[in-house]
Amino acid sequence: MKPLLFPKAEERVKKISKAGKMNKTTLQKYIFVYVSLLPIVIIYSFLRIAPIVENFIYSFFNSGIGNPLKSFAGFQNYIDLFNDRLFLISFRNTTYFAVFVTFFGVVIAVLVALMLSGNSKSGAIYETLFFLPVITPMVPVAVVWKWIYDPTYGLLNYALSWFGIDPVAWLVYPNTAMIAIIIMSVWKLIGYNMIIFLVGIRDIPLSYIEAARIDGASKFQIFKNITLPLLRPIMLFVVVISTINSYNVFTQVFIMTSGPQGAPGNAVRTLVFDIYENGFRYFKTGYAASEAVMLFLIILFFTFVQFGIASKEPKQRSVSI
Amino acid sequence: MKVKKLSVSSICAYSLLTFGALIMILPFIWMLSTSLKLPEDVLSWPPELFPKRPSLINYVTVFTTAPFVRFFLNSAAMATISTISILLTSTLAGYIFAKFNFPLKNFLFILILSTAMVPFETYMIPLYLRMVDFHWVNRFIGLVSPYLVMSYGIFFMRQNVISTIPDELMDAARIDGISEFGLFWRIILPLMSGAAGALAIFSFMQTWAAFIWPLIITSSRKLWTMELGLGMFQYRFTVDLGPINAGSIISILPVLLVFLFMRRHIMSSMTLTGMKA
Repeated sequence: MKPLLFPKAEERVKKISKAGKMNKTTLQKYIFVYVSLLPIVIIYSFLRIAPIVENFIYSFFNSGIGNPLKSFAGFQNYIDLFNDRLFLISFRNTTYFAVFVTFFGVVIAVLVALMLSGNSKSGAIYETLFFLPVITPMVPVAVVWKWIYDPTYGLLNYALSWFGIDPVAWLVYPNTAMIAIIIMSVWKLIGYNMIIFLVGIRDIPLSYIEAARIDGASKFQIFKNITLPLLRPIMLFVVVISTINSYNVFTQVFIMTSGPQGAPGNAVRTLVFDIYENGFRYFKTGYAASEAVMLFLIILFFTFVQFGIASKEPKQRSVSI
Repeated sequence: MKVKKLSVSSICAYSLLTFGALIMILPFIWMLSTSLKLPEDVLSWPPELFPKRPSLINYVTVFTTAPFVRFFLNSAAMATISTISILLTSTLAGYIFAKFNFPLKNFLFILILSTAMVPFETYMIPLYLRMVDFHWVNRFIGLVSPYLVMSYGIFFMRQNVISTIPDELMDAARIDGISEFGLFWRIILPLMSGAAGALAIFSFMQTWAAFIWPLIITSSRKLWTMELGLGMFQYRFTVDLGPINAGSIISILPVLLVFLFMRRHIMSSMTLTGMKA
């Protein structure tokens, strides 16, 4: 049955099918469904689906001021990308960032979750403290971390001075700037991953662990042979989600390393930052769009990895979307 | 009295955990402490973790020398409108996708859900150009419109309806002669309120924390949000650290209060859905 949103059509249906109650309620259901979904679908079309499609189209065009479709460029934007030093640097930096943030963000979170899984009473306080950075908006924490990393008055250099380490201008030197941003991002991520791991660990039946204990397994053996294999699906989920989110890094980089005070060249230039500059500072719309397509493909790849894994392990309870 | 024996390994674990937890909250303490210092104490060496002469002067400064009241109200308006819209659209669409069969259902559902996998950053350029076409650049509607719907929200509410609302209940209400809209509004919606509450908190926090879109879409200060105001002030001008940290505290406060009161709720719902702040 087609959607009938018009009174005349409604009357006609009533005339055709005199069956009464059942058809009337079916009609009412359709009216309800389509009337309710219409505004939602309109919002989605204009603000999500159309821009997503347009981004692909723009990436094949040269853009002019106020005209993203100035002339057809074929794959030229993509070819240019791979000869663009800044793009390649951004890609390398973002990958570097994503690998390290994901690695430490997952390893530390697993360890914290393992330590917390046993005791739920005092554990709640720790859980809350570890989760605090997750719910905090990025800008204020980036501002305070920038201040912690301050070369002359920063808290970090002060703490390091206890160990006789000379002050480091963390956000000024290329190598340390990347490390500084990674540390801060891991700090923000741990709590989120920890909570997911905690759910996973607490789902493991106690009988498994008790049986192993009776058989004389050590704590490490229990972790290696029971906890870790059972956590695998969740672990992969967390790795993929962390990687995807890391590839979109922007705010902390913008706050902490760009601007007049601390700008270490392109040391922490990331993909989104490069897209932002090309698109909104230099107005190279088509070029920036092709860059956005590359970012999209990277994320699509990880999303497929995620789905591939989820479908291979149907028995495990996984926390996918 | 029972004395619980503490093994060496559990003592180790707890000291590690405590150390970790301290690192987690140290930046917040440092932020608060800096915000409470007198301007001449901010750059003291060695740094004082607890201000010797605490003062609220920075909170006065941040609101009098920069339009942070305006920024705060902008953020509040944006997050509130976004939350209301996300709640309405998600509960309605979630309920419909869970309980109704109609032509195009799967197509629409997959279409909506698939947009959740595309990060905002990858289509912000065409979105911006669309706003240019609509003449929505540097206007409140342009600022808030991308945050009116949330695919995860629709998915989350759909799962909630499937697992909590029986078909029999709906049929019973229909037999009593309720209209479809009445059924949703008076019977289904109240039953979804728990999950809707979690979604409300989450969407509020997400919109409140938005940065890159406000950065792109606004050109005049009168539309800046709290986050953008903080970001731009520390970026463009050399600002005193005291007021900027006071601003940071104010920007964190609403989110923090909600979190502390509804901690359990937030933590479990965020992990169940894979929603990400």
